[in-house]
Amino acid sequence: MIRNELLICAGGACITSGEKSVKDALIEELHAHSIQDEVQVIETGCMGACDLGPIVVVYPEGTFYQKVTPETAHLIVSEHLVKGRVVESLLYTEPETQEKVQSGAEIPFYTRQVKRVLRNCGVIDPLSIEEYIARDGYFALATALGMTPEGIIDVVTESGLRGRGGAGFPTGIKWKATRNARGTPKYVVCNGDEGDPGAFMDRSVLEGDPHSVIEAMTIAGYAVGAQKGYMYVRAEYPLAIERFDWALRKAREYGFLGENILGSEFSFDIEIRIGAGAFVCGEETALLRSIEGKRGTPSVKPPFPAQAGLWNQPTLINNVETYANIPQIITRGAEWFRSVGSSKSPGTKVFALAGNVKNTGLVEVPMGTTLRELVFDIGGGIPGGKEFKAAQTGGPSGGVITADYLDMPIDFDTVKELGTIMGSGGLIILDEDSCMVDVAKFYLGFTVDESCGKCTPCREGTRQMYHTMERICEGKGRDGDIEQLGRLAEVVRDTSLCGLGQSAPNPVLSTLRFYEDEYRAHIYDKKCPSHVCKHLLTYSVIADKCVGCTACARQCPSHAISGEVKKAHIIDQSKCSKCGTCYEVCRFGAIQKE
Amino acid sequence: METRMLNVRINGRAYEVPEGITILKAAQEYANIDIPTLCYLEGISEEGACAICVVEVKGAKNLQRACVVKVTDGMEVWTNTARVREARKLNVELLLANHPTDCFTCEKNQICRLRELAAEVGVREVEFPRTRSEWLPFDETSLSLIRDPNKCVLCRRCVNVCAKVQSVYAIDIVGRGSNSMVSTFLDEGLGNVECVNCGQCLLVCPTGAITERSEIPQVWKALGNPDKVVVVETAPAVRVAIGEEFGMPDGTQATGKMVAALRGLGFDEVFDTDFSADLTIMEEGYELIGRLKNGGTLPLITSCSPGWIKFAETFFPHVLDHVSSCKSPQQMFGTVTKTYWAEKMGIDPRNVVVVSIMPCTAKKFEKERPEMKTAFHYWQEKMGLRDEEAFNDVDYVLTTREAAQMIRESGMDFANLPDEQFDKPLGESSGAAVIFGATGGVMEAALRTGYEVLTNKTLEKLEFEDVRGLAGIKSAEVNIDGTILRVAVANGLGNARVLMEQVQKGESPYQFIEIMCCPGGCLGGGGQPISDHPDVKQRRAEAIYREDAGKPIRKSHENPEIVEIYKEFLGEPNSEKAHHLLHTEYCDRSCE
Repeated sequence: MIRNELLICAGGACITSGEKSVKDALIEELHAHSIQDEVQVIETGCMGACDLGPIVVVYPEGTFYQKVTPETAHLIVSEHLVKGRVVESLLYTEPETQEKVQSGAEIPFYTRQVKRVLRNCGVIDPLSIEEYIARDGYFALATALGMTPEGIIDVVTESGLRGRGGAGFPTGIKWKATRNARGTPKYVVCNGDEGDPGAFMDRSVLEGDPHSVIEAMTIAGYAVGAQKGYMYVRAEYPLAIERFDWALRKAREYGFLGENILGSEFSFDIEIRIGAGAFVCGEETALLRSIEGKRGTPSVKPPFPAQAGLWNQPTLINNVETYANIPQIITRGAEWFRSVGSSKSPGTKVFALAGNVKNTGLVEVPMGTTLRELVFDIGGGIPGGKEFKAAQTGGPSGGVITADYLDMPIDFDTVKELGTIMGSGGLIILDEDSCMVDVAKFYLGFTVDESCGKCTPCREGTRQMYHTMERICEGKGRDGDIEQLGRLAEVVRDTSLCGLGQSAPNPVLSTLRFYEDEYRAHIYDKKCPSHVCKHLLTYSVIADKCVGCTACARQCPSHAISGEVKKAHIIDQSKCSKCGTCYEVCRFGAIQKE
Repeated sequence: METRMLNVRINGRAYEVPEGITILKAAQEYANIDIPTLCYLEGISEEGACAICVVEVKGAKNLQRACVVKVTDGMEVWTNTARVREARKLNVELLLANHPTDCFTCEKNQICRLRELAAEVGVREVEFPRTRSEWLPFDETSLSLIRDPNKCVLCRRCVNVCAKVQSVYAIDIVGRGSNSMVSTFLDEGLGNVECVNCGQCLLVCPTGAITERSEIPQVWKALGNPDKVVVVETAPAVRVAIGEEFGMPDGTQATGKMVAALRGLGFDEVFDTDFSADLTIMEEGYELIGRLKNGGTLPLITSCSPGWIKFAETFFPHVLDHVSSCKSPQQMFGTVTKTYWAEKMGIDPRNVVVVSIMPCTAKKFEKERPEMKTAFHYWQEKMGLRDEEAFNDVDYVLTTREAAQMIRESGMDFANLPDEQFDKPLGESSGAAVIFGATGGVMEAALRTGYEVLTNKTLEKLEFEDVRGLAGIKSAEVNIDGTILRVAVANGLGNARVLMEQVQKGESPYQFIEIMCCPGGCLGGGGQPISDHPDVKQRRAEAIYREDAGKPIRKSHENPEIVEIYKEFLGEPNSEKAHHLLHTEYCDRSCE
């Protein structure tokens, strides 16, 4: 008899912080107490609260233990399971009230979330198809097979679901176009080439709830008239590949994939294709070329994949998170789906919350949630008592949302108006110490590296923009740079072949729009107001505070600091490499950075 | 089915254009507007990579690429707005910032599309810093072609020609972003991969990134050496194209002026590869007759085109026994000059320098094949030559372009030179030899001779129209006294591949196949003048057939010099001596 279940988060972050050793320690302790047959240990997908990992949840109580180590894991067995006493030391502490919180559901990080896409992540064992079925898994497929393909497409269209890969294109229209396109065979493709820095929504779904995507792709296959699907997933996601592959085998075993699914006339199967590390392969036409075994470079649209996609055949291509919404739309209906979110962007959105925010991790909220709720209620605010400066969305294709817009509801259309994009859901929080010129340069550098090189504006234009940004950050900016950036950005945006190039100037345009004064400070005053751009810093000794301990002089790698013992030191600016060592080693606060 | 007509407005004016047409074509053909392009090559390279041909389309968020975007009904196109002009100009500037500035010394400076484009869009200043901090090494591994990656604008024309037209796939893009470049398998270099040296990439390259390996300095040096007898031979396709280099209209027959110019350069004898083309027909024709009569391997496939030979050796080693053992006319010429002619004239073969002028870059590779030293072996025993003294049958190969360059350097006014005649005895040729320069020509020449030899009757109509023309694959059934001979002709290796796959499977319905590596045959060779005129090949072909029609002798076996060389030197066609001197063998390169 199983009396308790121990759910261990086996998402990427928890694995990195030692989940495997925690699991081993738990099992060892269970054996030591001879209760291994009464307690089941289950590794789940990502539970979302990545900075609290490794996380262990004890059911049926739902007690949420955070930051468990191999050394403390035994307490969960010996105290909680054997003696029935909650391990206080492993509970989450509410930072404001300093109260211990027992249940995960009561942690503010979770209370505001609406888990639809992630409803099974962290709840079921992703390797168990039975657990998925127990949560109504494959019920949507059975329902769909009793509907007409047009009926399914109607429901998807009515739901108002929009592509979660970034652009927010209405999913129903895509499905309809693929269904109506002439030519067989047709294909269904899932874009799992999640490449934005810091984004891991799709990975978590594939790792934590792979069957939801398999089920959705199969429904899509039935709806558009395809018999073959491809899951394109990046090679950097080995665990997702492993679990998805396992799920595919199980789905075939259970008759959810293969010939005559659930006794119907419909046959469908899915093959995994692994990417080779190019960001541009997340662009749909490049992705399709990559599946074909060719170099992943984009091609001009039209023709759209729905007309001529994989091997020139009509192809439906959606993102992982988009698919993960489908089964519930089928079982619960379009109305239910529209019950949360905004009118033009219904449903939820998963964000990967990162950067200068207290609680980082994966969060799912209704579309239309404000940035303030995300950053302060769910994210717990900015650490170190710093001010919120901006949120970067959409990764290298996006831009920033400033403090002025903290209360604006976030959805596909509102962020667009601010000059950024929703993107796949990366949300990087920047505090007052962030230099916006430097941030823009970082993202631009990413695109320069990841441009496939096919078209002139993206290959050469982004590189020229990057050179200019680099100069500006090095204090070599000159009059006309802002205008030149604008000129380049306009043409790169207007003439690049694919979305990567067309959106590459966004980080620069967006920061220029809201923080032109910072650009001007860099260019004209040769100052970085946030003290980030190394070349624009000046380190000097505050003579009154310097006790002449010589620590800085001894540590300075470029021998730029001189002075006698017990007398104020001096930094020779011509020798200073601005490495900041003196600032760090001074125990008297006598070094100032401007 | 009738083509649906679409309504389109271009710069405010209404036009009716057929469905399926691109914006570029519609503007060009219906509105007389030339939208500038760089990477576009109709039917071959339509990738929209360069972003020069962009236009404004009402309702579209971004500028659209005119070369690939098709007109839709009711479309409104603007080709000349400030936004369009700025985008074109800026993209050209970006390319220029990445391009070397050694235009003065660049081989392509007179015909560089990038230079032309910069002028067209009005670039007067490049406001961006130069992006090449160090020079990439040249690819000098090939005997025929040299690639300078620094001048590459990544238009992909070469890649697409190599893949789609020639089906060779020797080059592709490697690397990412600004590090991407055209390269070969593992960056081994053109000389070490499946490249067949055809030079089609060179013809389509808009800049000086691909050039031939020039042999001009060596030829000038030989011409200046009083101890050498420098003999030049000119391939059939050169005479109908070289005029283009001097501003003469496409399809000018410039044979006499070419001979005069070459004599003016100082060549001691100006001979004609057409002579050895006639010789090829004798050898290959008799080889075909022999195989037909004795149940030999069929179909027989021609062997004149060195690009095709390397292609067969690389991709179809199992069909090599179908390929005629005849050397190409160039190599037959070199051998005959250094044996028969040298002997006849009493000249030490070591002092004879054979220069051939070819429409071809692959000929530069062919002359260096180790087996192409037949004359040396002929003389080795007779003269007691040591192995180290070995010499090639053909010493230097100049492309049509290189020959024109030498003429330019000499200061001769080509277009106004008086016509002159080839020297004898290796300058006499038939009309059958001239048509070697066009696809189907070798076939037609062989049929003219084969028919008469097999039937002992005079051929009434010399023109075999079915095998003429620029179609990629042509076939015909020829009635030879009641026996039907099935023949096929392919030009361009993509088309050759189609026929060879049939041969490989044993499903070829033909007895005789002519293959020419380059589209259009030699007149479209990689050594020919570079032209973007759409009908230049047609004009050159017409000139070739005019030249044939004007010849007093139009069948190879009636060339008196050919009759003489067999009588004096070779004996019969396919004799042991002829085999020894005029035939060769091939190697399997599939695993190289």
